[in-house]
Amino acid sequence: MITKRIIPCLDVRNGRVVKGVNFEGIQDVASPVELAHFYNDSGADELVFYDITASFEGRALFTDALTQVASEIFIPLTVGGGINTLDDFDRVLKCGADKVSVNSGAIKDPSIIEKAAKKYGDQCVVLSMDIKRVDGKFHIFSKGGRIDTGIDALEWAKMGENNGAGELVVNSIDTDGVKQGFDLEMLQKISDLVSIPVIASGGAGKKEDFLELFRAGVADAGLAASIFHFKEVNIMDLKRYLNENDIEMRI
Amino acid sequence: MIAIIDYGCGNLFSLSSSLRSLGIECKITGDKDEITAADKIILPGVGAFGDAAKKLRDCGMVELLRDQATQGKPILGICLGMQLLFEKSFEYGAHAGLGLIKGFVGPLEGQVPKGLKIPHMGWNKLNLAKADPIFKYIEPGDYMYFVHSFYARNCVENTLAFAEYGVAVPAIVRSGSVYGMQFHPEKSGAKGLALLKAFSEL
Repeated sequence: MITKRIIPCLDVRNGRVVKGVNFEGIQDVASPVELAHFYNDSGADELVFYDITASFEGRALFTDALTQVASEIFIPLTVGGGINTLDDFDRVLKCGADKVSVNSGAIKDPSIIEKAAKKYGDQCVVLSMDIKRVDGKFHIFSKGGRIDTGIDALEWAKMGENNGAGELVVNSIDTDGVKQGFDLEMLQKISDLVSIPVIASGGAGKKEDFLELFRAGVADAGLAASIFHFKEVNIMDLKRYLNENDIEMRI
Repeated sequence: MIAIIDYGCGNLFSLSSSLRSLGIECKITGDKDEITAADKIILPGVGAFGDAAKKLRDCGMVELLRDQATQGKPILGICLGMQLLFEKSFEYGAHAGLGLIKGFVGPLEGQVPKGLKIPHMGWNKLNLAKADPIFKYIEPGDYMYFVHSFYARNCVENTLAFAEYGVAVPAIVRSGSVYGMQFHPEKSGAKGLALLKAFSEL
């Protein structure tokens, strides 16, 4: 049977991996290639590269870094950030990405999901959603979680699946950075609704949070950034711990 | 030298990079002379069976691959490339394959128990059914990365390894010098590379 997956997420700006302690305090962490090797060696099941660069030059540095990672690391790579058109899909796929994640690009033009799924296959298209509770409902936020689009997250998730998204990344703004565990309530609602894989993001602070996530049966994968970057949790230790607790992992 | 067949189906970057990382000489090519001159051939593929089969026919690869297989040259089909090795596929209609391995390709849908997601996507364990030189550097229970919605059927005799996903999914098949891998060895970490290394040494 297929294993649950552990996925570190690398935010890349101007070709370097960064991790903000908060939005103002972005600090340089490592080169994407070094970090990708480290994660590959420590048992990551997949890597996500998120381009947070706004400039043209930064984008070129990103694709250089991606190409180098893809020529040295042989596990699935997902790329997100700044994906608005089929040309953007094309650009990162040619650099060796296996899946492409759309977020704001799909809010601007939802037809991108269907077009990309038809051209590259469902398995290639990941719909990433930043979700926050507003008046007891789940809303989709855009611009890195700053703007409430008013879109109902459950309807959005279903729309994504119906149009050919192969996976969903569900990022809870409410639990992100709090490190008190994943947003199980939100994940439960979404995983009940869709049959494509759900990747949980936002809230992981310790090994137990992943066990709770997988025991609840609400996600196929757990994604995190800072706890892995700052070595608070070692991926191999985490996977061994989960395996000992009857969650199948690739060791 | 390993020729990776370029027939307009799929991203060959990872595959060629993975072989190079092992120090194996390879070339992405659609040139028949180069493919004929190569020691081994890899047939990659992503997308729909019907399209890919048509592209193979259009560029004259069907006869070439059959001819090379008859001569005993090692050929490895990966993912859709493996499925193309079979006699036919029922992926959105009926399509003829290369017929290098007995059996057909059908949908997982309707075969796997409800609750299991399709595509079969993620890391799954290899159960080894027969001994083979392709397993030189791996062990039973090693995990490989799968992404597919269709799978090979009626090919038990030619199945070297399978993955359990509600049904036994043929993961590595072989007939003579022709091998197929349903998963992506070029995306399956060190264990996937170990299979490519073993193939290069056949």
